[in-house]
Amino acid sequence: MKTTNKELSPVQQLLEKKYNGGFLNRSEKIIPVVLFIMAAVSVLTTLGIVLTLIFETITFFRDVSIVEFFTSTDWYPFSNTDPSYGIWPLILGTLKITLIASLFAVPIGLAVALYLSEYAGARTRKIMKPILEVLAGVPTIVYGFFALTFVTPLLREIFPSLELFNAISPGIVVGIMIIPTIVSLSEDALSSVPESVRQGALALGSTKWETASKVIFPAALSGILASIVLGVSRAIGETMIVSIAAGSTPSASLDLTTSLQTMTSYIVQVTTGDAGFGTTIYYSIYSVGFTLFVFTLAMNLLAQFISKRFREEY
Amino acid sequence: MENTARVKAEEMVGRIDGRLMKNKAIKGIFLTATVFTSIILIILLYRIISQGAPYLSWDFFQNFASRRPEQAGIKAAVVGTLWMMSVVIPTAAILGVGTAIYLEEYAKKNALTSWIQMNISNLAGVPSVVFGLLGLTIFVRVLGFGNSVLAAGFTMALLVLPVIIVAAQEAIRAVPNELKEASYGLGATKWQTIYRVVLPYAIPGIATGSILAFSRAIGETAPLIVVGIPTFVAFLPSGYLDSFTALPMQIYNWTSRPQVDFHNLAAAGIIILLGVLILMNSVAVWIRNRYQAR
Repeated sequence: MKTTNKELSPVQQLLEKKYNGGFLNRSEKIIPVVLFIMAAVSVLTTLGIVLTLIFETITFFRDVSIVEFFTSTDWYPFSNTDPSYGIWPLILGTLKITLIASLFAVPIGLAVALYLSEYAGARTRKIMKPILEVLAGVPTIVYGFFALTFVTPLLREIFPSLELFNAISPGIVVGIMIIPTIVSLSEDALSSVPESVRQGALALGSTKWETASKVIFPAALSGILASIVLGVSRAIGETMIVSIAAGSTPSASLDLTTSLQTMTSYIVQVTTGDAGFGTTIYYSIYSVGFTLFVFTLAMNLLAQFISKRFREEY
Repeated sequence: MENTARVKAEEMVGRIDGRLMKNKAIKGIFLTATVFTSIILIILLYRIISQGAPYLSWDFFQNFASRRPEQAGIKAAVVGTLWMMSVVIPTAAILGVGTAIYLEEYAKKNALTSWIQMNISNLAGVPSVVFGLLGLTIFVRVLGFGNSVLAAGFTMALLVLPVIIVAAQEAIRAVPNELKEASYGLGATKWQTIYRVVLPYAIPGIATGSILAFSRAIGETAPLIVVGIPTFVAFLPSGYLDSFTALPMQIYNWTSRPQVDFHNLAAAGIIILLGVLILMNSVAVWIRNRYQAR
């Protein structure tokens, strides 16, 4: 905004003379630029992730055929004579863990969310909130330790045929890890349904369960679905629990009781070992990371789409 | 006609008991699920404390890692985590708050801004192991920091950056408009208003969100593994380009050994890790409660 001196009062003219082009004025112009550069770091991080994954994956596909990568069902990168890079066993491992985690976490998470929003009194909510916050804040390495030293031995006592490394124990513990995500986001969605809707249903003679299941739950469905999808996305990307308790055997079998490997735990296995820089194995972690990135990005975009597209406005 | 109405009414009354019973049963199931979730946490904490507590001694803090469990300690890991956090905290806090100020106070409502915003929310959903791959490529290889404090610290800072940005944005958005207008009315410039009015008001909210983000950085393991941080270290770093180990790495190392003794050491390490995290969370909650009253 330019103003001529004619419109300014004498005091303003003096101030103008003193400060225009001075420190104050310059910093007012420089600061937004500095802040913009800071904001650009997040964009550069995303670009960095995408470009890193793409370029190193392209290098990987110079050594390994892309057809083999997507169609072969053998993942034997460490074989000296005949290494094989078909990603299916790793995807299957991830899917097994994610499936068990969801089967465990979705019913429990929704039950807790419904209890807290529809049945519980203020006191129960006050007790449960910090418990869920602590569960959400427990590092995954701790959950991994818990899976290996408590859940696995417990399950093996009940099912002696279960191997030390299996899909069920880490699957359940990944489920425990995502319960807080599902509960807190679902509860937000349930409690954002207006009280008048709830009272209307109760006044018509519905029981609390009928109100919850036929009125509140459908109204909050978009938020609930989004919370489940986000939970699934976290399960897909979970690394430490599966690295510790699921083993490191890529497997194309559907057996849940034997050792397996997920996309994430393969990356951990290679980077804890001594695969040298520049080897095919080194580049393979980027191709696996890229696949993993695509999976989680798709889930996150799906969650955003669900919560925007199907949102009920009151 | 009247007869069928009466039959219907009787039917409805007859069903009330069943409906109420169903409501009660389902309430019981939901309550069980809620109690079950709390019990999981109690078992987890109990197991770790009963396994690890006997190993907590002054020597445990004083000793380096060792192949003999009775001599092994956690000194290198604790010191290493402190070194790493001395990179993570300033980097993530400055970048996070700066980005939030830009987005809330300076950015125009256009396609670029909403694209940056979308970018940040998607970044928050990227698995931590993928951030490790970014750190391995950019910081360890391209910039040549090696498996150092700096490489790990920058990787962790980028990982928690989205969380801090979102928290800071919410805190800045909550500053009442009247305060800003009063500041402008007194002749303050835009930056003066932000620096002296908006930020002081928003600091408690920013601090709460940032502390939670930093506690996540302390507990994350996967990015450190991918960046190539060693687990068996018998020295302390003396500079930012030195190699180091961190608490979760040490716990991972002990957990992946088959001997029970090492598992107990891992439990002792977890007690320290959880202790630090619970302390940080309590500070965050304290700040939130103290300033929420305003």
